[in-house]
Amino acid sequence: MFVKKTPILSPWLLFLLLFSGCATTIPKEALQLSPESLKLRQLQTRSFDTNEKTLLSSSASLLQDLGFNIEETSSELGVITCSKRRDATSTSQIVGAIFVALFTGAATPVDKEQLIRASVVTHPMNIDEKDKSKDKTAVRVTFQRIVTNTQGQVSRRECIIEEPIYKEFFDKLSQSLFLEAHDI
Amino acid sequence: MNNKCLIVFVLIVSIFTFASCAPSNKQVLATSESQVKLRSIQTRAFDTNDKNKMLRTVIATLQDLGFIIDKADLNLGTVSATKLDRYNLRVTVTVKERSESQLLVRANAQYNIKPVEDPEPYQQFFNSLSKAIFLTAQQVD
Repeated sequence: MFVKKTPILSPWLLFLLLFSGCATTIPKEALQLSPESLKLRQLQTRSFDTNEKTLLSSSASLLQDLGFNIEETSSELGVITCSKRRDATSTSQIVGAIFVALFTGAATPVDKEQLIRASVVTHPMNIDEKDKSKDKTAVRVTFQRIVTNTQGQVSRRECIIEEPIYKEFFDKLSQSLFLEAHDI
Repeated sequence: MNNKCLIVFVLIVSIFTFASCAPSNKQVLATSESQVKLRSIQTRAFDTNDKNKMLRTVIATLQDLGFIIDKADLNLGTVSATKLDRYNLRVTVTVKERSESQLLVRANAQYNIKPVEDPEPYQQFFNSLSKAIFLTAQQVD
């Protein structure tokens, strides 16, 4: 029975095996502007009445306040890149894993740690040579994270788009600007 | 008979599966497209000589597309960025002078562990970029 079927089956199996390797290609929307792009830009951008240099150094101080390590900076282009590695365990996940283990005896991996990355990009909107107080600079911050589980596998890689996170960041940034202006 | 058939089958399958990933250090210099074709897919010319503005626009466009900027260098004219959205997409964009009045912009991307060698994603990227800089992206021969 089996011998009879193999000649018909094997070409199909081979075909599947050959093409399963190249099944992952870049999604169509990966490099295309979406309607959400504008909304995201608004969420991630604020403007401040200050020059680019001050805003950039205040952002760097704030990122240090938040425990990030600066990886890369370019003052000519107004870019700061930084990251931090933190704990990612969540109680609900652990409770879930314990229940699964109780009923099935199988250990499910849970999230263990995460690499949080942020980049800050400044963009001068108004440069006034005579009156520095009229300077205006926009800043855009973006956050990402890569979560790894207890088996060392990447369980999640994502952009962070929660509104409160950005709001808090910019609140803290205006505080940082104030502190910097008063040399504290 | 049954066993022989199975062994042959397994052998054939293993040849095919291992043939594609032969010595993995070949990957260091591997490309599936010709250099000339890759360059024409990945490169566009823009009628401007403002390198700083072009790089800043590239950065802004990448941010609009959901990337995080990893590195940027004005002198070399390079920007590297990463997008995470269940996949890992990494892009490097370089900007250099082509003539007095033109800049060449080249992008190359990798999707997870594969190079992006289709023209379409690059086309989309340059479309987004030209919208942001209000200039048309010109194909380079």
